Amino acid sequence: MTTGISTAHSVVEPTPASRWVAGILVAIYALITMIPLAWIILTSIKSPPDSISYPPKIVFEPTAEGYCNLFTTRSRQTPEYIAALPPPAGKCDRVARDNNMVVAGSSNYIPRFVNSLIIAFGSTILSVGFGVMAAYAFSRFKVPLKDDLLFFILSTRMMPPIAVAIPIYLMYRELGLSDTRVGMILLYTAVNISLAVWLLKGFIDEIPREYEEAAMVDGYTRLQAFCKVVLPQATTGIVATAIFCLIFAWNEYAFAVLLTSGDAQTAPPFIPIIIGEGGQDWPAVAAGTTLFLVPILVFTVLLRRHLLRGITFGAVRK
Amino acid sequence: MMKATKLLPGATTLAVATALSLAGTAVQAQDKTITLCWAAWDPANALVELSKDFTAKSGVKMKFEFVPWPNFADRMLNELNSKGKLCDLIIGDSQWIGGSAESGHYVKLNAFFAKEGIKMSDFMPATVTGYSEWPKGTPNYWALPAMADAVGWTYRKDWFAKPEIQGEFKKTFNRDLVPPKTWTEFKQVSEFFQGRMIDGKKIYGAYIFTERGSEGITMGVANVLYPMGFKYADPKKPYAMDGFVNSPDAVKALEFYKAIYKGSTAPGMTNAYMGEGLDAFKSGQVAMMMNWFAFFPGLNKDPNVGGAKIGFFANPSDKGKGVQLGGQGISVVSYSPNKNESLQYIKWFASPDVQKKWQALGGYSAHKAVLNDPGYVKSAPYAQAFLDSMGMVKDFWAEPSYAQLLLAMQKRVHDYVVADKGTAKDALDSLVLDWKKVFKDDDKIK
Amino acid sequence: MAGALRGLSDRTIAWLFIGPTMLILLVINIFPLIWTIKLSFTNYRANRPNAAVSDVGIDNYVSVLTDPDIWLAMQATAHFLFWTIALQMVIGFTLAWLIDRKFRGHGFWTTLILIPMMLSPAVVGNFWAFLYQPQVGLFNYAVAWLSGVPPSSFEMLGSVTLAPWAIIIVDTWMWTPYVMLICLAGLRSIPDYIYEAAEVDRASRWRQFWSITLPMVLPFIMLAVLFRGIENFKMFDMVNLLTSGGPGSATELASITLKREAFEKWRTGYSSAFAIILFVAMFGMANIYVKALNYVKSR
Repeated sequence: MTTGISTAHSVVEPTPASRWVAGILVAIYALITMIPLAWIILTSIKSPPDSISYPPKIVFEPTAEGYCNLFTTRSRQTPEYIAALPPPAGKCDRVARDNNMVVAGSSNYIPRFVNSLIIAFGSTILSVGFGVMAAYAFSRFKVPLKDDLLFFILSTRMMPPIAVAIPIYLMYRELGLSDTRVGMILLYTAVNISLAVWLLKGFIDEIPREYEEAAMVDGYTRLQAFCKVVLPQATTGIVATAIFCLIFAWNEYAFAVLLTSGDAQTAPPFIPIIIGEGGQDWPAVAAGTTLFLVPILVFTVLLRRHLLRGITFGAVRK
Repeated sequence: MMKATKLLPGATTLAVATALSLAGTAVQAQDKTITLCWAAWDPANALVELSKDFTAKSGVKMKFEFVPWPNFADRMLNELNSKGKLCDLIIGDSQWIGGSAESGHYVKLNAFFAKEGIKMSDFMPATVTGYSEWPKGTPNYWALPAMADAVGWTYRKDWFAKPEIQGEFKKTFNRDLVPPKTWTEFKQVSEFFQGRMIDGKKIYGAYIFTERGSEGITMGVANVLYPMGFKYADPKKPYAMDGFVNSPDAVKALEFYKAIYKGSTAPGMTNAYMGEGLDAFKSGQVAMMMNWFAFFPGLNKDPNVGGAKIGFFANPSDKGKGVQLGGQGISVVSYSPNKNESLQYIKWFASPDVQKKWQALGGYSAHKAVLNDPGYVKSAPYAQAFLDSMGMVKDFWAEPSYAQLLLAMQKRVHDYVVADKGTAKDALDSLVLDWKKVFKDDDKIK
Repeated sequence: MAGALRGLSDRTIAWLFIGPTMLILLVINIFPLIWTIKLSFTNYRANRPNAAVSDVGIDNYVSVLTDPDIWLAMQATAHFLFWTIALQMVIGFTLAWLIDRKFRGHGFWTTLILIPMMLSPAVVGNFWAFLYQPQVGLFNYAVAWLSGVPPSSFEMLGSVTLAPWAIIIVDTWMWTPYVMLICLAGLRSIPDYIYEAAEVDRASRWRQFWSITLPMVLPFIMLAVLFRGIENFKMFDMVNLLTSGGPGSATELASITLKREAFEKWRTGYSSAFAIILFVAMFGMANIYVKALNYVKSR
């Protein structure tokens, strides 16, 4: 094989025409996959009858009913009963009255959402924190049985959640950790930590040892070198890992449905069981889904470069 | 929990006694909040309204955890089995009573009832057996009947009354179009409506339960099985199921349910329970809907299909009568740290005045003071059908292993009715084998 | 803090750093796993705290492995695994290959494509049940519009033949972006000079694709297969909310059966045995696969 020679224009550059075709195809795919998502958002501003109209309505009058129904519970009353009530207190009250209902109280959506926030962020901080420490140790020190330990860490990821759920359920029952935020944070940390160690080890391996060694020659201790040299260098990796951990913890369902029932219940087991008078109140479900997607969408957009690099590094390393 | 255990060492009777000494002293209960767990459905909202009176009277605040039916059993049994403290009071499904009594999830209420003068003879016998007793037929009470319920039917009175429809029906079947009394009549009516255009819309004959995940299709098929002669076991020999569960009558009944499913229901009703039925009926797609009586007060008030547009009838009969029992009793969870306040709630709830208001707000009281009132039958269009139904209710197994028995039936029936697998005889034969295995594991049979 | 630890040797730091991770994994992964193994040899039931527990030897394993329903669930899982992986690899690689053209705005479109994989499978699975509804669902109307069949003439979730495809479609919709990302990483790892050399050798574009692009991306594709394989072998949330295993048992994947046995029937011993069998199967397959992967990488 001949060695590479310089050419006037690179042969690996795609032609403008092929770029156009590629761009159009990718855009078409992206638009098609966005349809379900767009439908969720549209449904959230439909009225319940519009949401289940036949055939599906694309043009409709937007309403806040879905969001109102998401945040309140209501009971149906006779028009006479409603007429005797004082005037409606807010917008949602008015919407309910229009449907011969009265607002009975607030729903559990906000507490569930707050649980999701606390549990997802709490477990992400823990798994990334512990993960970066372990990853550093595996990357820099002679650890006995290093490969075995690393493989062991990875293999914990292969267990079906339902398989370890049985003893975890029993254990939590004995320790009183069922339906507590602490219990869920610890659990999600355990699930995420294997991924965190593997991803972060990849990133830290990339950072030349000479940096720390130079710092240590300058009088830094190992720990100072870790905090002041390695951690800043690994920011991209830490952010990417955090996103992956956060996505998992934010979206997790199987453990949440088994181990939480009220006080610590997160949003994923809650949203599918938002019902109206009959079956699922689709606008309210869609509203709950939409709001639940917002944080993760914001993260994705803000941190997309880290994400792309993150998965690249992780993939190459493994 | 720890504190409560120290305060009330072990024995339930003592707990009850302490509770009684505290009951009535509302000052003690200041700033206390108790949580009541139930299914999320219309009557639950009525209970929220009703309970405001309790808070006003006792100072005990109420919190509610309502879970939709398809997830209710899973979630709540999970909660009880994990000895959770989420619920102080639970309105648990009738079939849970065996397991909850034997595993100690519920507080036994006999001493409390005796002390407070709450008499079970004040409640309808079917509901006491169904919701309170374990073992069945013995005076051991683990709950107070809270919500009487059964499967019933609602139909589009306005469609039935249309002259052109009346005429055509009479021409075909040589009888008047009225709510069906037997299953044979039912099938004729539902097939008659199936695919018909009414008010410019295509409509369907009937809506029946087909849900797979929890209990739906079992609760549906039971209403054909019972009248046609299905029995859970030999009445003379407990747990002897061969020839009863899979009797020729039972096979015929299961085939009949499938015929209705295939011939008179709307497309897409492959995994449908209460909610899907209400949606279909309210959107004006269905002529007759199977559902729990619990939903009928709400339906009656519905702006689109309520009032004069609809009527109600009790489950059709065949060679016999029978309908699936629903409904729940209210129990105190034994892991609750607030047993006193919870018992106070039950005491309040059991009084005839509160029971009357409960009925008026859209609940179903099981209290004789309500149901035997001469004005009751006239009180609502579904009242007569409800009384008739309560006279012929049967329940699924309430054994501690009820969930296993139920899941087996869900699978066998859904496989046959919806997924077209095997014959009705195969399905029921397999079901007998499944159930035998469960009872064998439980040492109930050899 | 750092000052107090100044004198620590590297060895101590190593153990201090690895300690928390190992502790969490031991307590929340390994201990439960050992407990599961222990339970799998008993007839324990978590909903009968007062019942006597006895050792049943390997009875649970025998009855799991001889249960025809379990094998049906395994078949359903295999069908789901095969098709989701096949579809995701083909579509994911194609997308990555197209995005690698670096057309104008490819960053924007890539971000858009990534969104489905960020969503909660449970929440999304629940909403897809609505999209698949034969009378009011968007999916049936979209198919009707494209193919001309009446929208209510087929039931994605209600028909035994279509339901397994319904869950494959949703999973593919969600996870193709993930495969695309890994493939993109692979494509970008190919140094330009290899193509330049091939150009000098007058290899056609088609030949370059087969002899350079594909072999060099293959380790990445295999990695994607591994990740998706592990995840979908465990699949529970999305399918549970979409079909809860129905109609009949057409989409009852292994994890759904496991959940039913463990937390609805409360046959703790039996389901522990099933869980161990699943874990061993997955572990074994993943091990063999990783060996194959290393072989491909080392070529």
